[in-house]
Amino acid sequence: MVDQMNNLIKGSTGDWELVIGIEVHAQIISNSKLFSGSSTSFGSDHNTQVSFVDAGMPGMLPVINSVCVEQAIKTGLGLNAKINNFSIFDRKNYFYPDLPQGYQISQFEQPIVGNGMITIDLDNGDSKNVGIERLHLEQDAGKSLHDQHPSYSFVDLNRSGVALMEIVSMPDMRSPEEAQAYVKKLRNIMKYLQTCDGNMEEGSLRADINVSVRKPGDELGTRCEIKNVNSIKFIGQAIVYEAKRQIDLIEKGNLVEQQTRLFDPKKGQTRSMRSKEESHDYRYFPDPDLLPLTFTDEFVDEIKKTLPELPDIRRKRFINEYGLSPYDSNILVSEKETADYFEEAAKNSNPKLVCNWVIGELFSVLNKMNKTLEDCPIRAGDLGELVNLIDDETITGRIAKDVFEIMLETGNNPKTIVDENNMKQVNDLSEIESIIDKIIENNPDQVEALAEKPNLIGWFVGQTMKETQGKANPKTVNEILSKKLLNKG
Amino acid sequence: MSVDKENVIKIANLSKISFKDHEIEKILEDLNQIIDWVDQLTEVNTDKVSPTFSSFDNDKGMKKREDIINDGDYREDITLNAPNSEEGFFLVPKVID
Amino acid sequence: MKKLTELCLHEAREGLLNKDFTSKELALDHIEAMESSRLLNAFITETPEIAIKSAEESDSRLSNGTNRELEGIPIGVKDMFCTKGVLTTASSKMLSNFIPPYESTVTENLWNEGALLLGKLNNDEFAMGSSNETSFYGPVINPWKRENEKIDLVPGGSSGGSSASVAAKIGLGALGTDTGGSIRQPASFTGTVGLKPTYGRCSRWGIIAFASSLDQAGPITRNVRDNSILLKNMCSHDPKDTTSSSKEVPNFEDSIGKSVKGLKVGIPNEFFQEDMPNEIIEIWNMGKEWLKKSGAEIIDVSLPNTKYALPCYYIIAPAEASSNLARYDGVRFGHSVQSSDINDLYKLTRSEGFGDEVKRRIMIGTYVLSSGYYDAYYLKAQKVRSLITEDYNKVFNNVDVILTPSTPNSAFGLNEKSDDPLSMYLNDIFTVPINLAGLPAISVPAARDSNGLPLGLQLIGRPFEEETIYSFAKILEDSANFKNIENQWWIK
Repeated sequence: MVDQMNNLIKGSTGDWELVIGIEVHAQIISNSKLFSGSSTSFGSDHNTQVSFVDAGMPGMLPVINSVCVEQAIKTGLGLNAKINNFSIFDRKNYFYPDLPQGYQISQFEQPIVGNGMITIDLDNGDSKNVGIERLHLEQDAGKSLHDQHPSYSFVDLNRSGVALMEIVSMPDMRSPEEAQAYVKKLRNIMKYLQTCDGNMEEGSLRADINVSVRKPGDELGTRCEIKNVNSIKFIGQAIVYEAKRQIDLIEKGNLVEQQTRLFDPKKGQTRSMRSKEESHDYRYFPDPDLLPLTFTDEFVDEIKKTLPELPDIRRKRFINEYGLSPYDSNILVSEKETADYFEEAAKNSNPKLVCNWVIGELFSVLNKMNKTLEDCPIRAGDLGELVNLIDDETITGRIAKDVFEIMLETGNNPKTIVDENNMKQVNDLSEIESIIDKIIENNPDQVEALAEKPNLIGWFVGQTMKETQGKANPKTVNEILSKKLLNKG
Repeated sequence: MSVDKENVIKIANLSKISFKDHEIEKILEDLNQIIDWVDQLTEVNTDKVSPTFSSFDNDKGMKKREDIINDGDYREDITLNAPNSEEGFFLVPKVID
Repeated sequence: MKKLTELCLHEAREGLLNKDFTSKELALDHIEAMESSRLLNAFITETPEIAIKSAEESDSRLSNGTNRELEGIPIGVKDMFCTKGVLTTASSKMLSNFIPPYESTVTENLWNEGALLLGKLNNDEFAMGSSNETSFYGPVINPWKRENEKIDLVPGGSSGGSSASVAAKIGLGALGTDTGGSIRQPASFTGTVGLKPTYGRCSRWGIIAFASSLDQAGPITRNVRDNSILLKNMCSHDPKDTTSSSKEVPNFEDSIGKSVKGLKVGIPNEFFQEDMPNEIIEIWNMGKEWLKKSGAEIIDVSLPNTKYALPCYYIIAPAEASSNLARYDGVRFGHSVQSSDINDLYKLTRSEGFGDEVKRRIMIGTYVLSSGYYDAYYLKAQKVRSLITEDYNKVFNNVDVILTPSTPNSAFGLNEKSDDPLSMYLNDIFTVPINLAGLPAISVPAARDSNGLPLGLQLIGRPFEEETIYSFAKILEDSANFKNIENQWWIK
């Protein structure tokens, strides 16, 4: 049972505090790999995106991809972090079938990016700062398939050598929600920057979650690392399970062993990784094939100039410029595509109304159709136009919903739809009046009943709308009915 | 500093080399002789000295390459020398995580 | 009839241009020499078909005027260079079945200039050794013998096959690699000329890596002029190797015959060893005199950290090697022992595939990088390396070249030192500091010792000043008037 106020977990011996640190591995968006010219595209036929360098053949040498360096700097800037103009690549030595060189080229003591900080947004509207320890560049490993053969694993090196940014957080998170919010925020920032596509299902973003528990005020407990969690949902589940496992262990008088664990989504449990049980001595040393990576302040400044507006800044602007609520702004900026769509739609239209339509109708419909904004049939500009038509009373709110449906189906613009289908709001006073008169005339019983139940006026409104196919200006209808039936106004 | 047997076994494990029992004695002896000999470096005062990791003289920093795809896509050559391959994959004894 | 193998590289080049003989004729003579010299065990793989095919193309080019710099010149290549489609073993069981699908940049450069591949030369396994006794394919025998003795001598190492073949006049030059002296020491042992260029002159792409910050390819030839020609064609800037220099490659041959008047030669007093044989001191003095006579000024200099170079090297080189050799794991190429457990596969493959010296160095390397020892050994050695480099930088403010003996002794007998690794390492005492500092250096045959065996003198230059070295080397060569082997006992 989690105490929402201060994130403490109630155990049998008292309250426990959860301490979480996260290492994210993010594949860099680039055409070719970090140290070789092979393609990085996802889903290709196995071992076709492998060069002699990637395969660790004798005599092969690494050459760094300049774009990967820029992407790392960009990301560091997005994390409000210190960019290190001097950094070194080290070899991390160990044996594994998906590691062709017998070492991974990574960065150990002198990474390209140092301390930083991001603000995460929690469901209850609060925000919290999470520190970034560092970001460094390293090679991704290949993949092994274990289900192709009873006694062999099949190794595919397509992914071997793809550029990764490893982003290490400070152990600042205290709940599964905070952990999820952190990863979501990181992902969003990188998507805004276009340095990583954040696609967890395809493996372009993986998280290693470090979990430990302690009694509030105590020293840090022994942590366990849950490796390669590849969905936000699983991050939450894994932490919940692991926290409980550790608390149970300690409360029964046992010690938590430092372990590397895996999360099994089917069982909802973490288990120890057999192959990583022996502790590794990676014997890091500077890669003699690579000189130190150096660049100037000017170089970093040039990159800074190219940065797009980041989510936090954009959200503030939405609140100030468009007068949106923090809650709504938050939703809009949580995905760059959504914020872009909104601004396009609100260019010449009432932003609050546009916001409501995007967050309300549009999201709900896209959800049902299982579509994203990218394949939305309604152009942003057209949605803005629809809002204008409501705003200037060309159509009623009710009719707007119908127009919206037709826009979804046909992709046509709202003005055309309204004209073609004769959906314009009826504003003509005399026309409405005559319709109302007819209804009053034809329904004397209802008129009489009105005396007892004034709310029955709703029925007259309904009838009027029915007669006008929903096009009558609702305000006008109400006014006229009130005057005629209730002697008001 | 002298190297002990436990150390040798640990190092052999890290290097993925196995020594038969009689070989361990010889390698232990060799390692000790060499390590004792290289220990003379402790005589050198290196207090304010920075290490040299490469003797390559380049004042322009690390050379980079453009982000273009100009390599790979020759699976046959990649697997040409493989001791155990099937359908373009490298085969290894199953590794269970 | 004088065999065409008697001609050296520049003589053969001229002969081909003058149409005194054809490339094919030249190639056939060298192939015959190679095939009849198997007692030396200099070659692991002979490639006569490739040589003849290339020679035929060379002949056609020579006749239509599209001939290139090394047209028709047969060259032996140390088996550390990957040659496309041709077995490349690093003289190790580990790669005894490895056929590279790519060509090293240095050899590519030579073939692009019309040179012919005569064969792949034997060396110490993975270039680790100073006698060519650690090869999986058996030792190379030095064509030189002590006067009136029959015992087999080592040709030096690790480029033993390269130096022996050149001394035996098989091929017009050979490629070697030098990490701690592996070109210069065998050149000294075999009376040939061997140069290690400045680190970065030649691309390392496609050369099987031993110690990445120290390895360099270089030529071994019969004389200094040949050496300068071969080096010119080996060097290039290679974007695939970020430690490859983009400095312009001069025509080194132009420096042959240039005067050294007014230039300064440094004699480092720390190279005087306590137990140095008199003969070595004598040839060193002789060398000084020759250079003095040519107008150079002889200056005593000091390289204070010299004695630490060997232990420094024997920390750094094994450390880098232990990591570079991790890729030999039986999975993607090379020797492999099948097993049902991946760790067993690794251990069995590597224990079987590597020889004793290689295993020893991997163990040393892993040890000095391991947790708890990194600072005291690897980091310390790299700091000492800075001091050594600084020593040379300082000295080169005052002198243009440094003269030393190449080796502390002449070629020793087979199996004489192979049981004692440390005594073997001491062979490299004069050559190793140069690799640590990334400098260019050459060994030129200076004289024969009392047993009639060759001894070399070493010239060390500033970074990228191979030209200065060649100018001085030519003077040593002319002064020494070194006589090559008379009795070709190995021919069958």
